[in-house]
Amino acid sequence: MLGFAQLFASRLVKAAAILIAIVVMNFFLVHAAPGDPAMVMAGEAGAADEKFVAQLREQFGLDRPILEQLGTYVGKIVQGDLGFSYRQQRPVWDILAERLPATLVLTLTAFLLALALGVALGTLAAVTVGTWADSAITVVALLAYATPIYWIGLMLSLLFSIQLGWLPAFGYETVGAGYTGLAHVADVAKHLILPVITLALFYMASYARLTRASMLEVRGLDFIKTAKAKGLSQGRIVTRHVLRNAILPVITVAGIQAGQLVGGSILIETVFAWPGIGRLAFEAVLQRDYQVLLGIFLVTSIMVILFNILTDILYGLVDPRIQVSQ
Amino acid sequence: MTRRLTGIPASFRRSFQGGFTRGVHRAAAAGLLAAVLAVPGTAALVAAPAMAQETPVRGGVLNSIVQPEPPTLMLGLNQQGPTQTVAGKIYQGLLTYDQKLNPMPSLAESWTVSPDGLTYTFKLFQNVKWHDGKPFTAKDVVFSTSKFLMEVHPRARAVFSRCESITAVDDNTVEFKLKEAFPAFIQAFEVSSAPMVPAHLYEGTDYRANPANTTPVGTGPFKLKEWVKGSYIQLVRNEDYYKKDLPYLDGITFRVIPDAASRSLALESGQVQQTQYSDLEPFEVPRMKALPNLTMTTAGYEFVAPLSWLEINHRVKPLDDKRFRKAIAYAIDRKFIRDKIWFGLGRVPTGPINSVVKFYDPKVTTYEPDLAKAKALLDEMGLKPDGKGVRATVKIMPMPYGETWTRLGEYLKQSLSKVGIAVVLESTDAAGWSQRVANWDYEITTNFVYQYGDPALGVARTYISSNIRKGVMFSNTMGYSNPKVDELFAKASQENDPAKRQEQYSEVQRILSDELPVVWLLEMEFPTFLDKRVKNANTTAIGVNDTYESVWLAK
Repeated sequence: MLGFAQLFASRLVKAAAILIAIVVMNFFLVHAAPGDPAMVMAGEAGAADEKFVAQLREQFGLDRPILEQLGTYVGKIVQGDLGFSYRQQRPVWDILAERLPATLVLTLTAFLLALALGVALGTLAAVTVGTWADSAITVVALLAYATPIYWIGLMLSLLFSIQLGWLPAFGYETVGAGYTGLAHVADVAKHLILPVITLALFYMASYARLTRASMLEVRGLDFIKTAKAKGLSQGRIVTRHVLRNAILPVITVAGIQAGQLVGGSILIETVFAWPGIGRLAFEAVLQRDYQVLLGIFLVTSIMVILFNILTDILYGLVDPRIQVSQ
Repeated sequence: MTRRLTGIPASFRRSFQGGFTRGVHRAAAAGLLAAVLAVPGTAALVAAPAMAQETPVRGGVLNSIVQPEPPTLMLGLNQQGPTQTVAGKIYQGLLTYDQKLNPMPSLAESWTVSPDGLTYTFKLFQNVKWHDGKPFTAKDVVFSTSKFLMEVHPRARAVFSRCESITAVDDNTVEFKLKEAFPAFIQAFEVSSAPMVPAHLYEGTDYRANPANTTPVGTGPFKLKEWVKGSYIQLVRNEDYYKKDLPYLDGITFRVIPDAASRSLALESGQVQQTQYSDLEPFEVPRMKALPNLTMTTAGYEFVAPLSWLEINHRVKPLDDKRFRKAIAYAIDRKFIRDKIWFGLGRVPTGPINSVVKFYDPKVTTYEPDLAKAKALLDEMGLKPDGKGVRATVKIMPMPYGETWTRLGEYLKQSLSKVGIAVVLESTDAAGWSQRVANWDYEITTNFVYQYGDPALGVARTYISSNIRKGVMFSNTMGYSNPKVDELFAKASQENDPAKRQEQYSEVQRILSDELPVVWLLEMEFPTFLDKRVKNANTTAIGVNDTYESVWLAK
């Protein structure tokens, strides 16, 4: 247990240093794009004069030297203040706090579903390798992996919302219904089904393929032969020996993907009008809403780092031979 | 991406007028009628034969789309298209306009213009209240036009800076005295051009940082109930609206649906009953038009009257030569663009003034597709084809406002290559595009610009030399300059006699259509789809941006 605590502490210190570097890099990256929020807003207004653009620049602080802007920004971040979006007229933290839960509900549900289904299907395919079940799983996984995610989303809403009328095609909740408590949860869950399936299908496919390949590789190793020779049951060999060893690459990939899920949900959030952070990021890029964009980058960076630490810990749990690094 | 795109069939207009006079204002009809009749030019509107087939009923919520999501609903601070559509129900201007661009009452009950065209006097409706219960008075009008909008609204600033004085004669009367005649002034009171804002909340504050911006307080028939960012904006009936029994609707819900395909699904499945501006890509329009539960109209965009063109940077050779620009005009087929890229939406323009705007004159030089003429012009300039048949290379940066504009860019590349003009397509996003165009860092781009009801408000600005201003969007970014054009636009903007004004604008149109500072592509029309149960919607020149006070839903 002490090992874990030490690991965790040392990783957190490193993470803080990485985060500062990320903040500075993101700042320059974002400001390197042509155009600024004042220009975007002037363009949107359909008319502008110098005074209008100058007023906006002053308001955004864009008339200051870039290093001064960076200094102000980093100073605020260190104090836990993510800045203020002049475009939305609200603190960035409020905007993120409003959008983050929707994305987390969507992506975590999809992620867990994809992981469970993917590993189960991959295992099944590996166990029944060469049979029709294996072929069916392989074909489905290949299709789900190769089909563009937004197209699946549109086809699902065409079938289940327009044709059958079973599920809502978009949105997070029924507008103006005023549900509370369980009824609200059920309402959100209903809206969640199509986007979760769409997002989960893609990840499920990659986990299934990975699990299958990895299991087939492990299955041929000597210690499996030993286990068989010892007379262990087929079920025990698959779960305790094959899967436990074959799952490591899946954890690696899942760890990376979990960190990316927030960004990866942009398309889903767009197709299903899901009020999450992925779409917010996309809009912030188009509108050059620097503060919001940097805030999202920061939050997603933190998530990537957290998932990396989690993955390392999981490694140690699944396979104690992997040393907790110092 | 963020701007949107207009017109109404005669039958639709008639049924609206029927509803207008019979159902909507039953109580106030007499007074209103008198007010409208007091204004020369509007009598025809009321006198038009009108028969509404059904009696309005109260109740129901209209579901619509808002895309992209507005940054704020404080209309004084932001006039982006989606902001106007939503906030047009919350805030009001003194006037609105019929689809022939004649002024109609909104917050002003009646108005008079002195014979010298220098004094405009508006009588306001009585008993108008802000959503917070405070009375709306002439003081609010004076504050809005002389202080608030002068500070934050570029278009309003250009108009109201022409005022010598703006004074409240009494609580319900406002007088605008102009420095010199400016007949376009009467077109400047539409809700997005001059929204009235509450003086008691804004006077003496930092307007942009005022906390009231997040909870808009207007005088309109609808109030903001809830805005869940990224999801929807819910408006509910203003029970204290100054027109008795209005509005009919219980509320309007605007949903944020970012994906164009999902928007058409939402309309198709009946989850929304209205789409507007560029909610749907033009290629979706033929399919949606065929649906039995929907009606489509292109009316209601006469006020903005968008005109799209090939914007040409005159600082780059050989684009500064009018023969080259004419060659481009002859090389492209604008009917093809209308029919195949915009799927029949729009009209082929003849010159700088959209045909729905006043003082339009069709008697000008026009350009039918003619490859031989184009090549002859290029030959005359000494641009001979090289070994690969290329006479000149130009860079075109399509407007990054959706797939249709990208397709237009590809079409231009192909057509211009037929006369030996090679095209390099440049891609950019909205922010990069406006920066490059505003800073003259482009050769050719596509653009569209609104005309706001009068050539003095929305046309002159892109052709006059005094408006060549670096860093400013929708100014004369081409760098076109002609003293004669400057003079004609300046004279016409101050000319009270409509006949003389027409002469001056006609001459300007003749000069511009010959010199082709830009190549006009399309008088754009936007499709408004409405569920057949939605009645009385989209009845004025600002269409979907109007108050919707008399819109009702059939059961």
